[in-house]
Amino acid sequence: MKFLYKLPRARVFLPSAVLALILLFAAFGSFLTPHEFSTSSLLDRNLPPVFVGGDWDHPFGTDGLGRDYLERLVVGSRVSIGLALVGTIIGMILGTMLGLIAARGNRLVDGAIVGLIDFQAAVPFMIIALAVLAVFGSSMTLFVFLLGLYGWETYARMARNSALSVHTLQFVEAARVIGVTSAVIDRRHILPTIANVIIVQATLNFPQTILLESGLSFLGLGIQPPMTSLGQLLGSGRDSLSRAWWIAVVPGALIFFTTLAISLLGDVLRDKLDPTVRDG
Amino acid sequence: MMYPYVLIRALRILATAWAAATFVFIVLRLAGDPVAALIPSDLPQDLVDAYRARFGFDRPLWVQYLSYLASIAQGDFGYSIRNNQPALSLFLEKLPATLVLAGASLALAIVFGVVSGVIAALNRNTIIDRLFMTFSVFGFAMPNFFFGILLILLFTLNLRWLPSGGFESWSSLIMPVATLGFAASGSYARMTRSALLEVLNQPYIEMARAKGLASSRVLVVHAMRAITIPLVSLLGFSVGAMITGAVVTEMVFAWPGVGRLLVVSVTERDLAVVQVVVVFSAVAMALSNTLIDIALGFLDPRIGTARRNGQ
Repeated sequence: MKFLYKLPRARVFLPSAVLALILLFAAFGSFLTPHEFSTSSLLDRNLPPVFVGGDWDHPFGTDGLGRDYLERLVVGSRVSIGLALVGTIIGMILGTMLGLIAARGNRLVDGAIVGLIDFQAAVPFMIIALAVLAVFGSSMTLFVFLLGLYGWETYARMARNSALSVHTLQFVEAARVIGVTSAVIDRRHILPTIANVIIVQATLNFPQTILLESGLSFLGLGIQPPMTSLGQLLGSGRDSLSRAWWIAVVPGALIFFTTLAISLLGDVLRDKLDPTVRDG
Repeated sequence: MMYPYVLIRALRILATAWAAATFVFIVLRLAGDPVAALIPSDLPQDLVDAYRARFGFDRPLWVQYLSYLASIAQGDFGYSIRNNQPALSLFLEKLPATLVLAGASLALAIVFGVVSGVIAALNRNTIIDRLFMTFSVFGFAMPNFFFGILLILLFTLNLRWLPSGGFESWSSLIMPVATLGFAASGSYARMTRSALLEVLNQPYIEMARAKGLASSRVLVVHAMRAITIPLVSLLGFSVGAMITGAVVTEMVFAWPGVGRLLVVSVTERDLAVVQVVVVFSAVAMALSNTLIDIALGFLDPRIGTARRNGQ
């Protein structure tokens, strides 16, 4: 048991440091370069980064249109992390609400929501997202909506199951008898008991949402130019892999380290908050 | 006693296919007038009406829905506008390449995952354990499109050992399978490790050791048998992960399979093809879940009995 006390420090510190660096880069990276992310300059196309012999005017070089790559990475990180954050929060709220509503006891509503959960679990989300994008074409609003929808069924199932078991407890029964409404019971009695599991689920869902966003953008079906995201940068770097490997590798590494750091922190959080997980 | 159970499961697969088809129908209708999407907007009204009548869009919505379901039930998913070929035959043409890719990747994930899970569990809390488990987290966090590109960079562009894409020879299978298999192996490693650790503390393992069995025999015969059940359950999740992963992996390596067909069809809004892939992904997942459930019933008689009693 003793190592448990020592372990979490490295387990928390290392990923936190990596994550902090990436967030700092996304927030303040623009100060490292005077250029705009979408200003192209035909004379400065395909400049190499400093680590391959370029100069400090463009620390990460430029892309095929002469746009400063550092600034594009900064904007791409902001978009990817920001979208994943928004998507995770939407999914968490939507799923939890639907789960709580399902648990309130109306059989018809419960049946409908459980049916939706089952359907969502029966088809990979990527396929559903692609089908929706095929019909409507890609737009920012739709894309955020899809990212928000991703993973809702997990929250809904968790919230519903926990709420169903809390509903049978005596103090909830008592609250109902004295006439407290369902909404108040949900907020005051159910939500606090399920908050932990929901938050842990959100930290597990967040890296997945980043991967979904960058995956779809990589395929050219997510974020559309001139806007950019890490996945879109990686996708555009694929074609110039043989002469400019950094164009694909740097955004890929940023995605990887972001998801890795958050996954590791999520694991620590789960061990702390979820009593059913034992350290095997 | 077994037949009603199988019948119910078969009905559930049908229900999943129906739900997927209905989902496509609803999304298509939400997108607006299907005729407007098919023809130029400056056509005279009588031509538009003729089109509408020809494709049946002038009928009530529920009639359209029923005839849509009826044609899908007969295997008619419509025509691919890009290839001018039935969407279903286009899908079936690409299916073998995807099955080869997904099958080989799944095999790699299981073998690699289980072996590293066993090694980690036997060396619990040592540096080896940490190393393997860190590796498995890498598998989770590594986006497979990035891993694939790193492989191309190393093995195609630098070492010039392997082809970057296509499916011309068996060597073109190596990188896609490594990409897709590595991503999935992490969950097998973690699951094997924790299941094995749980089993190793059981009294019957102590007993087997105490009566003098070799530790390899204890591991393979007694401990691994208990792991098969969680492993088989995990297989169910892998099918979904394989479908999702195949879409991206096939694009990275220009693999001539269903995933690539889907992405190209989405880009060109070739809806009939998209519809086939959605319905068949749902069926594939429902079918594999059913097979896994039946397998679990055989592996663990308690589950099997409960099922047959209708629980």
